[in-house]
Amino acid sequence: MKEKLEQIKAEAIREIQNSDGLAKLNDVRVAFLGKKGELTAVLKGMKDVLPEERPMVGQLVNETRESIEKLIEETKAKLEAAERDLKLKQEVIDVTLPAKKNKIGHSHPNTIALEEVENIFIGMGYEVVEGPEVEYDYYNFEALNIPANHPAKDEQDTFYINEEIVLRTQTSPVQVREMEKGKLPIRMIAPGRVFRSDEVDATHSPSFHQIEGLVVDKGITFADLKGTLAEFAKELFGEDTKVKFRPHHFPFTEPSAEVDVTCFKCGGKGCRFCKGSGWIEILGCGMVHPRVLKMSGIDPEEYSGFAFGVGLERIALLKYEIDDMRLLYENDDRFLKQF
Amino acid sequence: MNTSLSWIKAYVPELDVTAQEYTDAMTLSGSKVEGFEKLDADLENIVVGQITKIEKHPDADKLVVCQVNVGSGEDIQIVTGAPNVKEGQKVPVVLDGGRVAGGHDGKKTPGGIKIKKGKLRGVPSNGMMCSIEELGSTREMYPESPENGIYIFEDDAEVGESAIKALGLDDVVFEYEITSNRVDCFGVLGLAREAAATFGKEFKPPVVPDTGNAEDVNDYIKVSVQDTELCPRYCARVVKNIKIAPSPKWMQRRLAAQGIRPINNIVDITNYVMEEYGQPMHAYDLDTIAGREIVVRRAGKGEKFVTLDGQERTMDDSVLMICDGEKAVGIAGIMGGENSMITDSVQTMLFEAACFDGTNIRLSSKKVGLRTDASGKFEKGLDPNNAIAAINRACQLIEELGAGEVIGGVVDVYGKVKEGRRIPFDDKKVNRLLGTEISKEDMIAYFKKIDLGYDYEKDEVIVPSWRQDLECLADMAEEVARFYGYDNIPTSLPSGEATTGKLSFKLRVEKVARDTAEFCGFSQGMSYSFESPKVFDKLLIPQDSVLRQAVVISNPLGEDFSIMRTISLNGMLTSLATNYNRRNKNVRLYELGNIYLPKQVPVTELPEERMQFTLGMYGDGDFYAMKGIVEEFFDKAGMHGKETYDPKAGKPFLHPGRQANIIYDGRNVGYLGEIHPQVADNYSIKERVYVAVIDMPEIVSRASFARKYQGIARFPAVNRDISMVMPKNILVGEVEKVFDTKGGQYLESYELFDLYEGAQIKAGFKSVAYSLTFRAKDKTLEEADYVPAMNKILKSLEEMGIELRK
Repeated sequence: MKEKLEQIKAEAIREIQNSDGLAKLNDVRVAFLGKKGELTAVLKGMKDVLPEERPMVGQLVNETRESIEKLIEETKAKLEAAERDLKLKQEVIDVTLPAKKNKIGHSHPNTIALEEVENIFIGMGYEVVEGPEVEYDYYNFEALNIPANHPAKDEQDTFYINEEIVLRTQTSPVQVREMEKGKLPIRMIAPGRVFRSDEVDATHSPSFHQIEGLVVDKGITFADLKGTLAEFAKELFGEDTKVKFRPHHFPFTEPSAEVDVTCFKCGGKGCRFCKGSGWIEILGCGMVHPRVLKMSGIDPEEYSGFAFGVGLERIALLKYEIDDMRLLYENDDRFLKQF
Repeated sequence: MNTSLSWIKAYVPELDVTAQEYTDAMTLSGSKVEGFEKLDADLENIVVGQITKIEKHPDADKLVVCQVNVGSGEDIQIVTGAPNVKEGQKVPVVLDGGRVAGGHDGKKTPGGIKIKKGKLRGVPSNGMMCSIEELGSTREMYPESPENGIYIFEDDAEVGESAIKALGLDDVVFEYEITSNRVDCFGVLGLAREAAATFGKEFKPPVVPDTGNAEDVNDYIKVSVQDTELCPRYCARVVKNIKIAPSPKWMQRRLAAQGIRPINNIVDITNYVMEEYGQPMHAYDLDTIAGREIVVRRAGKGEKFVTLDGQERTMDDSVLMICDGEKAVGIAGIMGGENSMITDSVQTMLFEAACFDGTNIRLSSKKVGLRTDASGKFEKGLDPNNAIAAINRACQLIEELGAGEVIGGVVDVYGKVKEGRRIPFDDKKVNRLLGTEISKEDMIAYFKKIDLGYDYEKDEVIVPSWRQDLECLADMAEEVARFYGYDNIPTSLPSGEATTGKLSFKLRVEKVARDTAEFCGFSQGMSYSFESPKVFDKLLIPQDSVLRQAVVISNPLGEDFSIMRTISLNGMLTSLATNYNRRNKNVRLYELGNIYLPKQVPVTELPEERMQFTLGMYGDGDFYAMKGIVEEFFDKAGMHGKETYDPKAGKPFLHPGRQANIIYDGRNVGYLGEIHPQVADNYSIKERVYVAVIDMPEIVSRASFARKYQGIARFPAVNRDISMVMPKNILVGEVEKVFDTKGGQYLESYELFDLYEGAQIKAGFKSVAYSLTFRAKDKTLEEADYVPAMNKILKSLEEMGIELRK
């Protein structure tokens, strides 16, 4: 009996070692360990074994089975690894073939610039609000300290619907509408379309965008205006950007200023981009005129505020080095794709 | 506004700055210098030389050989082809290595032209004699220059001196951007005052003595002003025995540097004073003034008048006229008349310096269609007190130049005298507004620099009448700030109550729209809000459509930009057409922009502005792709209900069989479809174009950013397929409606998995197959839970005439 088992074992080892694939190995397993396998046949023959020898034979059979099973498992693992290696070798691809892209669309450069500006001011606690594009003359001019027949109305080349209604020439009327709501303090920016009667060329468009900013609170100072816009310029144009405030005149702010930033192309040394001056003008601003506060129902003795207006296209053109404003409104896919 | 540096220096004698220093400092103190031109930028090494000897060139008929004394000891030899040189003349000479600005033809060469000694036809020439053009100027500005040839100096020119200096070309001309509030800075004196204050130097305006003979001007002229509103002041003086002659060189040079052509002494004095004081003046030939009387009145309706440029112009009754006893002789503040203009034979002249209402001049100038230097100045609203100063200055110059005999006295019709203003001052408030700690003394010192007084007793700033822009304390704060220096004001950030930075809800929803469109391959376009009324025809919109009722711009840039759009498609189709025309393939664009719907026509209140989310594409993609994008957007916007589509959208610009209104929550929230081939043709797009237009206010009112976790199904689903054959005219939407209404509480979802029309199916029919999924949240479904619902569905479908395939 013992010899028989040794013989089966030796035969099984030989067969297992000769297996050259998983299928063959499985055949071997069935042949020796299966229901009709040789080892099973030995077990079935136990009834012919003397009762006192049965435990010993049973143990022998189990040992034989275990060692065969162990060898099969080991062999199986080896064969599987070999097969996987082979498969991996066959699956080599050319990683330099072109990518399969999901075609994702692109935001308009104006929008990209606007979002940058919005994020800067949202971070400083400003709310982004809007106002009508077709606006009453009152909000666009009168409430901003630009009375009837003021030359500024001509300067801004207004489109009129009728005597009372205009296409807004600036986003400043949103200031007035926000102040009239009477909820103080105010920290807002108001982006939007504005219209001026300029013929289309590389630097002009009858329709463009501005971003208005307004802060009204107790104790707001010109120093706050300077600090806020200096932060803004650094965030938008880079940490090393410096700002220069120049006196200017706007009817709705007093004192007023225009703001230049150091040229981000040459860092202020002077280049073709900044026409040699090292500075680029980016916005107008000032302390809200007390008359404007009063007209909007805010007591200028108690409150003060500052306001600023930025041309969005100007920022987009500067930042992205777009040399012709008309590109912004042609919507050529090859242009838009670059943003 | 331009000024030359030398003219500024005439009133600020201690000023010693470079052009760049001047530019920077003036800009920072509020008089923005836009740029400057050095008149001698391209001139170098040019001296006054005297021709001592002229000989013929041995080998050239048209050349002569000159010996020129340039003050260096020995004469130098110069060969020239100029026809006008004579021995003894003094001429500008460029020495070897020097530069001139350009050629004799007046064309300037950037950087100038370098002159080197050389040989002309074999004869050595050691420099060049120059024409005024070669010196970078023109005969217009230097009327004494010969028409063709070398500039000839007067005898008093000093040999060896700089010719640049002798011609007044050692000057810089600054160009300013003066803001409309600073009327006083539209004159050289105003800017000189600012310059003196900016650089801390003394301001020395011209001293104007009394002028005039013993006669009385009232014996010569009578003035009556009928409309004192429009003409607050009218000053008149008379000059007799006029001797028309060229004005002196110093005056010509100053005018030339400002870009004003010297004409003769009278015209030049008028222009000179206008530049100097910012006060336009006019001169009439007194002998043409009927009745020796000036009447200032409004024009009659339709009154015709010939201005001194020879043009006949038509007035209306708002235009102010200067008249004599019989007729009009000038349009007030704009232009004088041909009938009274000064000619070379003038004997006696009437000088007018008046103040007119700025707004009226501006409007009149528009009505008459004539804008002049004078009207441009009057428009700004001049200081009436300046008029008398200017006219007296002009008479001073008349006397100094010997241009005539000034009659004593002045006719001055001045109603309500314009006083200066007093502004209560509070230095603490100024510091509080600026965020500074400037002492009161410093503030008052700044005011003094610009001739503002201070009343220490009442604490008031005394503002002269020429600073009409200073009205309140905030204005004074600006004066303090600009002389303290905007740069020196500290920087801080607003303190106080914290506020929340955020986008409005509407803008958040728009951001979702943008993101969705871009994820789906659409790029953002922007188009104008105004367009042509022809757009409606292009879009096949019927004549009686409400869409044709648009907000109309009364002064458009042209018909193409004359109405505010009532539909967003034209912008989109125009952009797609641009791309198509440029052979861009597979273009997908979107736009977020307003349409403007008038509440009534004509418009009496603000129109309704509705944000439209417009998508358009050609190339890859079809109706269903567009539909998918719409639904993705709604889903992202938190609108998880079911959209339905009504094919009876009735859009004339869309393919009649491929269009639908988008219905959500029972509301029509937009439409989509294929562009009608006729419309595509109108835009020259030869591909199928798909569009979707979503009315954003409808979306904003339904969108939500609230999200709630529903749990993930843990119990198994039961799937049942339904296979149908139905007439083509039944929409699958109707089938889905049956699922929605009859599906019962456990119907989780359904999905179309097969759609077939063709040979295997009888004509006029289509085969449609859906997979339905039933599931309960809390248990495993049994047949009794879904079979009744299935049966109801099948029954309803059969009732619709749908054949079920078992």
